[in-house]
Amino acid sequence: MNKLLLETRELRKTFGALVATDGVDFDVREGETHAVIGPNGAGKTTFIKQISGELRPDSGEIRFAGDDITALPAPQRSHKGLARSFQITSIYREFSALENVALAVQAHAGHSFRFWRAAREDPALTGPAIRILEEIGLDRRKDVLAANLSHGEQRQLEIAMALATRPRLLLLDEPVAGMGTDESQRMIELLATLKGEKTIVLVEHDMDAVFTLADRISVLVYGRIIATGTPVEIRANQEVRAAYLGEDS
Amino acid sequence: MITTRNWILVAILLLLGAVPAAAAYFEQPFYLDLLRRVMIFAIAAVSLNLILGYGGMVSFGHAAYLGIGGYAVGILAHHGIHSGWLQWGLAIGASALVALAIGAISVRTSGIYFIMITLAFTQMLYYLGISIEEYGGDDGMRVPVRSQFSGLVDLNDGTQFYFLVLGILAASLFLVHRLVNSRFGMVLQAIRSNEARTRAIGFSPYPYRLAAFVISGAMCGLAGALLVNHTAYLTPEFMNWTRSGELMFMVILGGIATSAGPLLGAAVLLLLEDVLQGWSLLPREAVRDHWQLYLGIFLVLVVLFARRGLAGLLPGKNE
Repeated sequence: MNKLLLETRELRKTFGALVATDGVDFDVREGETHAVIGPNGAGKTTFIKQISGELRPDSGEIRFAGDDITALPAPQRSHKGLARSFQITSIYREFSALENVALAVQAHAGHSFRFWRAAREDPALTGPAIRILEEIGLDRRKDVLAANLSHGEQRQLEIAMALATRPRLLLLDEPVAGMGTDESQRMIELLATLKGEKTIVLVEHDMDAVFTLADRISVLVYGRIIATGTPVEIRANQEVRAAYLGEDS
Repeated sequence: MITTRNWILVAILLLLGAVPAAAAYFEQPFYLDLLRRVMIFAIAAVSLNLILGYGGMVSFGHAAYLGIGGYAVGILAHHGIHSGWLQWGLAIGASALVALAIGAISVRTSGIYFIMITLAFTQMLYYLGISIEEYGGDDGMRVPVRSQFSGLVDLNDGTQFYFLVLGILAASLFLVHRLVNSRFGMVLQAIRSNEARTRAIGFSPYPYRLAAFVISGAMCGLAGALLVNHTAYLTPEFMNWTRSGELMFMVILGGIATSAGPLLGAAVLLLLEDVLQGWSLLPREAVRDHWQLYLGIFLVLVVLFARRGLAGLLPGKNE
């Protein structure tokens, strides 16, 4: 069995009376694609935000690659190898696709207290950025303003920016949300190419994506993980069917 | 690569370079004075544009640095030190230091809190200026001897002073142009555009925003040193909150986050002010007493119909 890359222990987060994360123990093995599913309001995004460092848990521990990162702010977690895509598309709308990715490259190319040379003409930044855009299939759109990309392309750009930070773990928050059938199919294919190469935590509503991509699935309901297992196990789990899958069928 | 709009900006600077000769030819020295004032405010507006435009930090207290620069010169002159090197060095250094202190607290905040904190600090400095009788208190004091530069430039010579201001303006524009296109500038604009994303890809915004705040303050301090040499009079009014507002107006009117914007904004605001106050075509009372009303209407129209300000109306691509 591969060693653990990410683990959370007894993670807890409340907002007033609402317990959004209720003592979550969660493991991600190096190299696996681990999906987190759950009905709306189950606390999936709150959970992801604690892993990425945008929210501080009330109690509990988060370990990444053996280190306790519970108190580490988001930028430092990025430097440890955690990258995240957002549920609601989060890009630099007034920058070109290339500039978006180049910024992510720049964030991991030493400090940016460099005041004189034009960053847009720096091959140390644009070179890697173009290669990632090629990988992701956006290279022909590199000079288009991010705001003018289609929704699907913007979602791809998010993935490209995450990849540009050369992460060990990709946290993907609903990467196919709001996509048409064709677009989401293309995104699933893209993610399939990353599967195995990268460790991925995939939060997703789209069951096609989840059952196509995930090695393991954890089911989050009312802030608790009620089951973790392979897709086959999860499909067969009575509690999951009652709490979640049953609602849809 | 130089954009069409930056060529226009270069052309404007060249035109400004021709003004002294024209003013002498037409025997209108007043215009030399007016345009020198415009350029000094343009330098201040350029510095504000760095943080307000590119950094998204709406500083409503930028006049503080005009004041600190002014007081640095005025206080040294008051004690008999007229060396421009020392005076202007102190103006820049003290402004940077104060900006570091104010920035250390304020750049952690954003939006309305940032506006209020920067305003509050500037008000504190304003009342400090009023309270120090030694340096003129409320009334201010004359600064009759201009800064001296080992005989290199003579600020008492209107034309030399004019060209010095023009040179500093051009240097400020170039500096900010390089800054905002550098790695540093890209981070600054990234933070303005999407802070959560910027943190997620691994940048801590705080040191970058603070550095921009300090650079901007230092540059504005230099404008303050120029301004007190221009007016030969130092008053706490340098730091009045309405002054901070004017600087913001210049940046917004000219077009935020554009290279030519601050200069255009400063020029149009100050020239319009001058024209409206002296206009003789309309009934005098109505215009002279209410010129701010007309100015206000104009500003509202620009903000409504020219989203990128005056610079956005220039030919060429939006930056």
